Amino acid sequence: MSVQETAPAERKRKWNWRIWSGFFLALAAVPGYLLFFARFPITRDVPWASWLMFALAGWLLWAGVRRAFVSPEVFRGRITGPILAALSLAAAGLFAYATLYSSRQLPVAAGAPKVGDKAPEFTLADTSGRMMALSGLLSEPMPGMAGGKPRGILLVFYRGYW
Amino acid sequence: MRPVAISVDSSTESAALCKNAGYTYTFLSDPNAEVIRRYDLLHRGAGVDGKDIARPAEFLVDASGVVRWRNLTEDLRVRATSIDVLKGAQGLP
Repeated sequence: MSVQETAPAERKRKWNWRIWSGFFLALAAVPGYLLFFARFPITRDVPWASWLMFALAGWLLWAGVRRAFVSPEVFRGRITGPILAALSLAAAGLFAYATLYSSRQLPVAAGAPKVGDKAPEFTLADTSGRMMALSGLLSEPMPGMAGGKPRGILLVFYRGYW
Repeated sequence: MRPVAISVDSSTESAALCKNAGYTYTFLSDPNAEVIRRYDLLHRGAGVDGKDIARPAEFLVDASGVVRWRNLTEDLRVRATSIDVLKGAQGLP
C-alpha cells in the first residue's frame, strides 16, 4: 500500500473565507443601517447594531489576515487580506464620520422661539396654493373634526423632501 | 392637535410627497426660507445643490399662540417620538 504524499507547494491553499466574509459584513453594515436599522429609534439614535457588525467584521478580518501570514502555506490572502481590511476600515471610518460628526453639524438656532414665547406669525401657501396664516390655523376648526378648534399646533420644520 | 409641516419645498413638491406618503395634514411651503429665518432655523447650504434649508425643529403652540414645548435635535438622525410630543402636549389646556 502506498501512501500518497503531496508536497506542500502542490497542495492547493485554502480560500480565506474569513477575510472575505469580514469584508462583506463591513460593506453591508452601511446599507444595513440606511435601509434597516435607521427605521427604529432603538438602533438608529445610537447605531450599536451597526457597530456590532463592524466589530464582527473586524474580528473576522483579523483572524483571516493572521492565518494568511502565520500559515501562508495553508491559507491564501496575504495580499487581498490587508487590502480588504483597509477597505473595511475605510467603511467603518466613513460610518463614524457620518454618524458622529456630519449628522451633528446643525446650526445652534439660538434665536428660535423658546417655551413661553409667542410663536412668530406667518402666512404661507399650502399644497393647493392656498395661503394659510398661523393665527388662522389656530382658530379655524380642523378639517375632518366635528367643528372643534385645535388645542394647539405641532409646527414641524423639516429639511425638505429629497 | 393639528400638525403643520414647513420646509423650503414648493407646494407642488409637498403635494407629491403627501400623495406618495399618504399624509393628510397641512404642508406649507417656505421657498425663500423667510419663515425659517424668522424662527432662526436656517441651515445654510445644507440642501441639495447648496440650497438654504431649515434645520429640524418642532414646536407645540397652544391655542393662544404660545410655545409650550419645543424640540431642537442636536443630531439629524435623532428625532422626537410621538411619545415625546404627547408628553409635551399634556401641559396644554
